[in-house]
Amino acid sequence: MSPHKNIRELMLAAVPSLRAFAISLCGNVDRADDLVQEALLRALANLSSFEPGTNMSAWLFTILRNLFRSEYRKRRREVEDVDGSYAEQLTSLPEQTGRLEMDEFREALKFLPPEQREALILIGASGFSYEETAQICECAVGTIKSRVNRARRRLAEILLIHHSSDLGPDRATRAVVNLSMSGSRRS
Amino acid sequence: MNKGKPPQREIAMDVQGSEPNPVIKLGPDIKAKIGQQLRLMYGEVVNQGVPDRFAEILRGLDDPTDEGSKNESS
Repeated sequence: MSPHKNIRELMLAAVPSLRAFAISLCGNVDRADDLVQEALLRALANLSSFEPGTNMSAWLFTILRNLFRSEYRKRRREVEDVDGSYAEQLTSLPEQTGRLEMDEFREALKFLPPEQREALILIGASGFSYEETAQICECAVGTIKSRVNRARRRLAEILLIHHSSDLGPDRATRAVVNLSMSGSRRS
Repeated sequence: MNKGKPPQREIAMDVQGSEPNPVIKLGPDIKAKIGQQLRLMYGEVVNQGVPDRFAEILRGLDDPTDEGSKNESS
């Protein structure tokens, strides 16, 4: 069996998750797919730097993230402006309530700083370990843990302002609601 | 010399960032809810599989030399 064929299988297996990560970064499906394509081409061009036996998925995510960050710096303003485009392009959820809830969640994610958002997604959705995520984001494991914690706390603040009843008024929930109300009182 | 250790600043920031609300703890239900929404959102894309354009790109990995050395030894 050719080593390249094996590598192709590994890459193919990583693509769906890589794509989901790209969409979460870009907030736009078309741009995300361009980003995935660019990352795959770059990976193919640099196959010699992939160490067989190491995590192919993490390697591809690292490449894609670096590409995104260089692009992001170039067109920051444009990337920030992603209102509605994501939801319009992905409308496959059958139940209306689930759809609304997810749209709201997605909106809330946009309020997170990019570093917190990516850490949360890599840990909470992509299924990477803290060590792998630290490797992808090129920072310390402790930094990732702290980003994920802050991301969760911020999300809870944002979402619970509107939906404290959804989660039950237990003590922890009320604590977060109180925090968010006092934290967001501006006028 | 001070160029050699840029990570320090980030670590310092994180320590600072975790200080303001030491009392607040996220309940397991909230964590679970966030996790569930994340996976749902992510899974929506993952379930779409591998679009053709990417399968096409990776097909390039089966180059002629590999085809030649591919023995049916299994």
